[in-house]
Amino acid sequence: MKTPLNLYRKLDWPLIITYLILVFIGWISVFASVYDEEHGHILDMSQRYGMQFIWIVTSLVIAALILFAVNPKLYNVTAWALYLFSLLLLIAVIFVGVEVNGSKSWFMIGPFRFQPAELAKISTSLALASMMSSYNFKLKQLSSLLKTGLTVLLPMALIILEKETGSALVFASFIFVFYREGISGWVLIFGLLAITLFVLTLSFTPFVSLIVLFVISVIAVALFSKRYITGVALLAISLPILIYSPMLGRLSIFSFASSLSNVEWLSVAIAPFFIYLVYKTIKERTSYLKFILISFTASVILIFSVQFFFEEVLQDHQRARIENLLGVTEDLQGAGYNVHQSKIAIGSGGFAGKGFLKGTQTKFNFVPEQSTDFIFCTIGEEWGLLGSAALIGLFVFLIIRILTLSERQKDSFTRIFGYSLASVLFLHFLINIGMTIGIMPVIGIPLPFISYGGSSLWAFTIFLFIFIRLDLERWR
Amino acid sequence: MGVDLKNKKNILILGLFIVTVVMLLQLFNLQILDEQYKITASNNAFRYDVRYPARGIIYDRNGKILVGNKTAYDIMITPYEVKDLDTADLCEIFSLNIEDVRKSLADYRKNRRRIGYQTLPFVKQISPEQYSIFLEKAYKFQGFSAIPRTIREYPYNACGNLLGYISEADTAFLRKNPSYRRGDYIGRTGIELAYESLLKGEKGYNIFLRDVHNKVKSSYDDGKYDKAAVPGKNIVSSIDAELQQYVELLMQNKVGSVVAIEPSTGEILTLVSSPGLEVAKLASISKHYNEIVNDPMKPMFNRAVMSPYPPGSVFKLVNGLIALQEGVIDTTTTYPCNLGYKVGRGIACHPHPSPTNLTTSIMMSCNAYYANAFRLTIDNPAYPNVTSAFIKWREYVESFGFGVKLGSDLPGELGGVLPSTEGYNRIHGINRWKSLSIISLSIGQGELGTTPLHLANLAATIANRGYYYTPHIIKSVQDTTIDADFSQRHYTMVDTSNFKKIIHGMYLAVNAPPGSGATASRVAVKGLDICGKTGTAQNPHGKDHSVFICFAPRDNPKIAVVAYLENAGFGATWAAPIATLLIEKYLKGVVERKELENHIINSNLLQSIRR
Repeated sequence: MKTPLNLYRKLDWPLIITYLILVFIGWISVFASVYDEEHGHILDMSQRYGMQFIWIVTSLVIAALILFAVNPKLYNVTAWALYLFSLLLLIAVIFVGVEVNGSKSWFMIGPFRFQPAELAKISTSLALASMMSSYNFKLKQLSSLLKTGLTVLLPMALIILEKETGSALVFASFIFVFYREGISGWVLIFGLLAITLFVLTLSFTPFVSLIVLFVISVIAVALFSKRYITGVALLAISLPILIYSPMLGRLSIFSFASSLSNVEWLSVAIAPFFIYLVYKTIKERTSYLKFILISFTASVILIFSVQFFFEEVLQDHQRARIENLLGVTEDLQGAGYNVHQSKIAIGSGGFAGKGFLKGTQTKFNFVPEQSTDFIFCTIGEEWGLLGSAALIGLFVFLIIRILTLSERQKDSFTRIFGYSLASVLFLHFLINIGMTIGIMPVIGIPLPFISYGGSSLWAFTIFLFIFIRLDLERWR
Repeated sequence: MGVDLKNKKNILILGLFIVTVVMLLQLFNLQILDEQYKITASNNAFRYDVRYPARGIIYDRNGKILVGNKTAYDIMITPYEVKDLDTADLCEIFSLNIEDVRKSLADYRKNRRRIGYQTLPFVKQISPEQYSIFLEKAYKFQGFSAIPRTIREYPYNACGNLLGYISEADTAFLRKNPSYRRGDYIGRTGIELAYESLLKGEKGYNIFLRDVHNKVKSSYDDGKYDKAAVPGKNIVSSIDAELQQYVELLMQNKVGSVVAIEPSTGEILTLVSSPGLEVAKLASISKHYNEIVNDPMKPMFNRAVMSPYPPGSVFKLVNGLIALQEGVIDTTTTYPCNLGYKVGRGIACHPHPSPTNLTTSIMMSCNAYYANAFRLTIDNPAYPNVTSAFIKWREYVESFGFGVKLGSDLPGELGGVLPSTEGYNRIHGINRWKSLSIISLSIGQGELGTTPLHLANLAATIANRGYYYTPHIIKSVQDTTIDADFSQRHYTMVDTSNFKKIIHGMYLAVNAPPGSGATASRVAVKGLDICGKTGTAQNPHGKDHSVFICFAPRDNPKIAVVAYLENAGFGATWAAPIATLLIEKYLKGVVERKELENHIINSNLLQSIRR
């Protein structure tokens, strides 16, 4: 098959140029993060930056192959074969993989290491795109939901078995793809509400969470029933009562119940609202009331079970990381060490940074994993707020560009694949940068195109360039 | 909802923008607003070495050291700095198993990402001798350093259970107590636990400078900014070490408790739970831990405060006091006794002259007298029914501290058992019980559980004629005052005048001439005016428990004692001699009843113990 040369004039250069800039930033950041005077040259092959140069060159070769040598129709045809192949690799690595930092997720081939989870991200995206773009596929059918869900959960489960929880988490980002392809926005909103209440309960108390939940619920009822003034008035009257409910309760005539705790008094105070909600729902049978009632009830259950989940279900180190993130405990020598050092490094960068190779925090080994997961520290320290914001800007541009191009596709296969790419990139971006600046728990996943490592760079290059090549097809 | 697809993309982009704004705000906060991170960044060139404080010393009431400190060293490892390690040499110095060391080194390597640049404990509690050998060769061991620590030393061979032991904080403890760090030692039992916050002291640090290669160069600014460790506060306990040691000797090969209290202060002079922990094992508790835990005699279990027993006849004193206070008997009331109380199922009694009055009933421990007195108390027509009279009786008993925790500073103290109307309603049916149903209470049997500490407190209460101080083992703390509650009088609901009436009976129980029927005339000591009451407590575990409570002298009592020996038989046979030998030792300084002393020391009562 022949591709007319003039088709390549339509290549999406903004994406390619952004990619090249990011990769270049990655290279010099790896250089800066492990720099010392003995090995001064950036092409020194005994050092990580020398190796990163090789990864970059090979990535460019791979990118070129994808653009010019592979028939893009193959992706849809071979999607499932590739998917099954990566599942096999994921299973195999559990048995023959080498253990790195406590997780068994790497193949060792000669001097090279390769993580099948990286491949699984791409093949799962292809498989999803292939399935969801097929004729008369409707996401809202239960069987379709199950099939797509299973396609994502299977590799996720295998990766969790390898104890590589961070990579497994990345697969959660496909929820955005499902959202785009038809799942109700409620799923996202509920997810967000659950996470908010979870964090509030752990950082503060169930008391605070309950009040927040009450406020959200009242606002929701007011918005849907369009009775804004009533809503505001209700909040203004009831909030003080709720906040002071333990004190009011103890002063009141109910002295027999003086042993109730604060939360229990609050529950008593909220009960009338709840009963009213149940009454209204039964009487009016409107769908929004049902929604609010169900989510209110589910949230209350969540709030009261968080403590249990946290104490009994999570493992020690996971609990430590979350507690540290939320500031519940400040353990600067244990679980909080990495993040604390990382924040110091970034904070010391100031507005304009200390300048290229002038960083001290990242070079003295205070920050661990400074060339891989914590590479953002080097950028924050040496380039300051300006550099950090610029890098964040590049990622935002990259993701929006991919979304925009996806929407322009006539072929839904490419659109779904593009959304998958954007979602995976977004989650990496959010978690990686988030953890270095202390707004996300420490989850060891790399910053795409920037972090040191061939496996990750190759994978993201392949991922991106398949999309760029697929995008060309719409000009035919 | 009728949202078209174009909007979904925009909603996702909106989400992306929100995330971005949060990130930029946090970056702005870290890099522009928060000064803390800039300052800490320069501080990062410093290395902070922890200086551990010496734990507070525990003295006895006469200034003898019960727990002291000696120096030991912890060897620390900074895995990141370890280079060219001669493992064999290292193992030789600290006499370690080379396989174990290889394994832990491999562990460090495996977890190096998590460990980062941290310093971790490697070997603990190295002796000063080993430390000096290590110091000579220290240049060979890059990445290893030593931190001086103090460990516990026990010069006096007594009070194992009271003092308690310390051990390293574990993960569960650290999670609950965020102010502690891994490697800290904490009190686990006894005084070490009860006064942990005073004894532990405050950690300090030494600041060292690092060079570019991350090696420690020198002390920063000649140690000007170092923080010295603040040693823990010294504690004077109320224990009399010599007396304690003496009673531990008396109690060898016997199971039970002896508690002695100074009535005028509530200070515990001696508290023995036998069998107990030897102090030699405290110092290296981890080595002996399994052996101690698996010992069927449970040496860690502090019977004196954790074991509720039936009080037996000593409880007659309480019932007598209540009956006097309620006005249902007076000193002239007499009851006949012909080998027991014959109403209902009845209560048997031993042969003694009849009838008895209040004084002789105590002296001879007559069961019938107290069965009568108790029925009068519970069936008192002044109350509308049995239940309300019983509730009143219960309030009286509780005012002596029974059935509740006394609030001492001994860890693990239990409240014991005091029956309630609900309980009896359950057993007999609501309002289907009467004084006769619960007649066992009259002689201290039935649904009663009292710890030896409760009974010692009873002795002290009677010695004080009506009030007690919460028993405690702390006398004073360096630079601090002790809990004010310990100097608070707790009055019972019985008047002082009534206490005087029963004390005469207690005096005669010990000091009446032999042949008069007095239960404890064998243990009288001339000139000490001991007042006491025997008890022989029936129990479901075999032979009767031997009980004796007493105080001395009669006027201005200096000491109140309980001895409670499990499955030893008559109160007069074992408990009374031990309690009075203690008093003799404390008040006279020497024991003249050598024959009795030898008999007690050499007796072994373990074979009658049912486990």
